[in-house]
Amino acid sequence: MTDLTVATALASGVPAPGAPARRPGRARVLTTPLVLLLVLAALYGWVRSKDLDSIEVRTLNRDYLVTSVLGHLKIAVLASALILAIAVPLGIVLSRRSARYASPLFLIVANIGQALPAIGLLVMLTLKLGIGLKVALIAFVAYGVLPVLRNTIVGLQQIDPSLVEAARGIGMKPWQVLTRVELPLAVPVLLAGVRTTLVLTVGVATLATFVNAGGLGDIIVNGLKLNRLTVEVTGAVLTMCVAFFVDWLAHMAEDVFRPRGLT
Amino acid sequence: MSERTRGVSIELEHLTKIYPGVAAPAVDDVTMTIPAGEMVVFVGPSGCGKTTTMKMINRLIEPSAGAIRLGGVDVTHGNPVELRRRIGYVIQSVGLFPHMTIAANVGQVPTMLGWKKADVRERVEQMLELVGLEPSTFAGRYPRQLSGGQQQRVGVARALAADPPVLLMDEPFGATDPITREHLQLEFRGLQQELGKTVIFVTHDFEEALALGDRIAVLADQSRIVQYDTPRVLVGAPAEEHVEQFVGSSAHVRMLSLLTAREAASPSVAATRDIPAEATLRRALDELISGVPALRVVGEDGKVWGGLDFQGLCRSVARYFRDPENARTPEGMTIRS
Repeated sequence: MTDLTVATALASGVPAPGAPARRPGRARVLTTPLVLLLVLAALYGWVRSKDLDSIEVRTLNRDYLVTSVLGHLKIAVLASALILAIAVPLGIVLSRRSARYASPLFLIVANIGQALPAIGLLVMLTLKLGIGLKVALIAFVAYGVLPVLRNTIVGLQQIDPSLVEAARGIGMKPWQVLTRVELPLAVPVLLAGVRTTLVLTVGVATLATFVNAGGLGDIIVNGLKLNRLTVEVTGAVLTMCVAFFVDWLAHMAEDVFRPRGLT
Repeated sequence: MSERTRGVSIELEHLTKIYPGVAAPAVDDVTMTIPAGEMVVFVGPSGCGKTTTMKMINRLIEPSAGAIRLGGVDVTHGNPVELRRRIGYVIQSVGLFPHMTIAANVGQVPTMLGWKKADVRERVEQMLELVGLEPSTFAGRYPRQLSGGQQQRVGVARALAADPPVLLMDEPFGATDPITREHLQLEFRGLQQELGKTVIFVTHDFEEALALGDRIAVLADQSRIVQYDTPRVLVGAPAEEHVEQFVGSSAHVRMLSLLTAREAASPSVAATRDIPAEATLRRALDELISGVPALRVVGEDGKVWGGLDFQGLCRSVARYFRDPENARTPEGMTIRS
């Protein structure tokens, strides 16, 4: 009933047929990268203005920085990909009616995964499994699975049941109902969860350094251990910039993948 | 327009739905035949099981017992997906997919049936024209850009797109404002007569039932069929108090809307003012009250059926109340078609 009212209200002032539903504004597209570039330029200027000693130079050189940033991205991207591969299918299964008693259980487990201090989990896993990328990934997946899982379930459950009934009523097979109606309508909520997870993962990937898996955490920890402020700040600012950049990318993706026709 | 599938009969036999854990059946032993090409309205209070009965026909709800036959073929146990693709389905909330254009919505079933793209596009255009929406304007729009009435038309177009012999409609016009609803009812009535589909139409609105149904099934709790008859018989000879309550106190006035001027015309009455033969007696009464002593009933082809005055009108209405069997005459059956 409300849908109809809304639709009627919108009908008067809607864009011309064929007009794109909602595209990101030019300002929003450009602001984040510009600000990030300014921050990076300021960082560069600040570091350049210092007299770097041999210890600082060992970290603050192009090769080392590029390796660290790429290593960091690799960890974050791998962890996020694993999270998506696990959480989206699991979320779909848990959103089925037959699983309505099981889904709270899984959400509790995912909540615990996020509530546990990531570093504690990492240490415990190291005691059991040793060090390396694999251990880091396990810990980060456990840490970041909740937003995607929860948003997949919520995104599917918030769909108007009459749409699902209409889809079945006109003769869609169950998987067609899922792929043609349910998933596209869940995309906005789902992508919001993906974005949260991406940003979380970029942040938490700094801990990978403790299991010798590389990333920007190396720079920060070097700076702390050797008591060099420039190194600490460089590592922290770079991590922040990567996080903002990934968030921006995810935002763009949300706008591109959001189905048209939705408000 | 290409050849159309006409309606087929629907037979329900001892159809029953029992939900687990609930003692009383939701639908208890319904047996009825819906003749091919007719529009049958299920009318009854909320929760009487009319929607459940309807949803068992396309097996969105699986029957607990009993059988359903479409055109004589038992469909109680086959593949429900195949079945639903042969049955158009329109619901109150319209259920258009908001992320698809109007064209994609209407073309869903043909696409699923594997039609070629060009054929689907052609059919979508035909269907939009059929329900009075200009394809070049509406095909590329999204549902939220349409008014409630327009959306419901698209809903009907989607249900008809694969040319199903049967249409199920669950309070399809319930969410529209009264004026739009009346428009949609009139349009749909005309469309149904043109296409000859078998339609089952569920509503709790007796006015709507009278306006649309070739036959009306008045249902009570557990989908018990209280009376299943033409609108005239229901109004003239309600089977029990339940139906009388639906008809209300103004049965004679209601009957005026169900009879045509032609039926009340008498050769012995002379008149000058014309009224179309297919106009309702309600309209005739309106003219008589306004001061015209008698009306001349003229068919579309110019044929004069006779004259109509107040006495004739009263006699004609009273006939259905004095003797209900009058209402069952063959003429009574065909008059609305």
